[in-house]
Amino acid sequence: MSTASISTSAVRSSRSSTVTAFGALMLRDLAVLRKEVGMFLGRTVMQPLLLIFVFAYVFPKIGQAIGGARGAAGFSTLLVGGVIASALIFQGVQAVALPLVQDFGYTREIEDRVLAPMPVWAVALQKVASGAIQALIAALVVFPLAAFIPATPVHLHVHWFYLVTILPLACVMSAALGLTIGTRVEPRQVPLIFSLLVIPMTFLGAVYYPWKSLSPLPWLKVFVLINPLVYMSEGMRLSLTVGVPHMIPIAIYAALIGFTAAFLRLGIAGFRKRVLS
Amino acid sequence: MALDVEPVRDVPGTGDDVIVTEGLTKVFDGRGGAVRAVDDLNLRVHRAGMLTTRVIPTAGRASVGGIDVIAHPATAKQVIGVVPQTNTLDRALDVAENLYFHGRYFGMSARDAHARTATLLEQFRLADRARANVNELSGGMAQRLMVARAIMHDPDVLFLDEPTSGLDPQSRLALWDVIGELHRRGQTIVLTTHYMEEADQLCDRVAIVDHGKLLALDTPAALKRSINAATEVRIQTGSDPDKVLQDLEQMPGVNAGRVVEGAVYLYVGADGPTLPEIITRADRNGFEMRDVSVKETTLETVFIDLTGRELRE
Repeated sequence: MSTASISTSAVRSSRSSTVTAFGALMLRDLAVLRKEVGMFLGRTVMQPLLLIFVFAYVFPKIGQAIGGARGAAGFSTLLVGGVIASALIFQGVQAVALPLVQDFGYTREIEDRVLAPMPVWAVALQKVASGAIQALIAALVVFPLAAFIPATPVHLHVHWFYLVTILPLACVMSAALGLTIGTRVEPRQVPLIFSLLVIPMTFLGAVYYPWKSLSPLPWLKVFVLINPLVYMSEGMRLSLTVGVPHMIPIAIYAALIGFTAAFLRLGIAGFRKRVLS
Repeated sequence: MALDVEPVRDVPGTGDDVIVTEGLTKVFDGRGGAVRAVDDLNLRVHRAGMLTTRVIPTAGRASVGGIDVIAHPATAKQVIGVVPQTNTLDRALDVAENLYFHGRYFGMSARDAHARTATLLEQFRLADRARANVNELSGGMAQRLMVARAIMHDPDVLFLDEPTSGLDPQSRLALWDVIGELHRRGQTIVLTTHYMEEADQLCDRVAIVDHGKLLALDTPAALKRSINAATEVRIQTGSDPDKVLQDLEQMPGVNAGRVVEGAVYLYVGADGPTLPEIITRADRNGFEMRDVSVKETTLETVFIDLTGRELRE
């Protein structure tokens, strides 16, 4: 068969076919998300719901408020940012890492996905984009829970500039972390993702307390800086509250951008390594 | 052991190849030392992995339809369809969606993708399973769906990597029908298989590759002629098989022979001795004949002839 007789008329430029395939993969992920909306809500809502219910509703009602009765109101307020941040990172990591671990480990479905007419790095990037959207949806779902369930008043004050810049950044960072994890973990190690990574990250992620309040424990205050969730929690509180102490904005942005770049780099490298030989 | 089989359809009037490899080499560094999966391959055939852009060659070049698969993988992927060995169907989607979204990945409009999905489901006898979860499909149905998906975007070359391995006989025949039909319609297909019968039935041209090296490339008929044996005679003997072989090999028209696991194999040309002549001579020379069978030369004979009979890893 001659080169000319190949239906080259149908061959599109690499850029054009990449853009199309990227968009179609997003459509596919949305179709799957729509099918599994119940499961998505289940895994998104349960943990924050219980957290807020117990800490911000039950505790104040039974007089066991954290920080004493006086601090209870403040606690509900600062919890909103932390809970949104933790739901978001949980969802972003989970949405990307778990399917990838399966794909690489058992189903090898990924072999089909990488046959889409796009470069391998673009397939990896699409996973991140899709995971970031799921993380964003998780944040939006959790927000009303955190705002309306607490028994004590929640004082929110939205700083739109911070919110619309930090929220997407946090979503992409979470999904990129998912890519990094998903390309490096074997299926049998999945439980470890949660016990060794997600849970420590949540407890030491400035979710339940502002980072500045760690001052009495200087070693811990420094140690938790390796935890990307710290910057997300701080960033959410910066965006949603006034009067709750937080890190300076420039540090939050720098850390989020730095972690995002690092995770994207590691994740795409890991993805290429798993897919190409 | 690897056998690559290709029915590459030549378009009349042009001599160019749809697939070209030049000095293509792939060495995998395994724990047991380096494995040369493809060794200096120059042809229109290849191990599917590299031409499907997932494997980066250690050396050499490969192109599909004039598109260099290493330099321009995203472009090359537009003109190929691939059915890998394992089931890589999208388990989060149903049968029809597997086809529909594949079409969308390759730039089809929603309307075109729906229309072609319906056509292919009908053609591959999967229409009644359109909304089924792909996990509910039998092995044969899953394999048909994989083939349907691979041709969804009308690729110039379809790669099938051992498409019937692990299928029951009915499913295998059904899949052969499907592949044969595609081939008749003018689809260029590159089929990798370990089943000689499959290669013989389906392929216009067969390349025999062993330890990554190309040993032969021709039509099945020409390959069978090449070993100059119309029939293969197998003799179980109570005497020393080596002596039997030594004696019978001297008959004119017996072109080759070997002893394998105590049985004597003779490769007899079209002008060679008949079965009674062979038996008579063996009797006369005092050899004890327990069982004699004869069969037409198959590609398997060719393969064994070219590669030897020791086990391949």
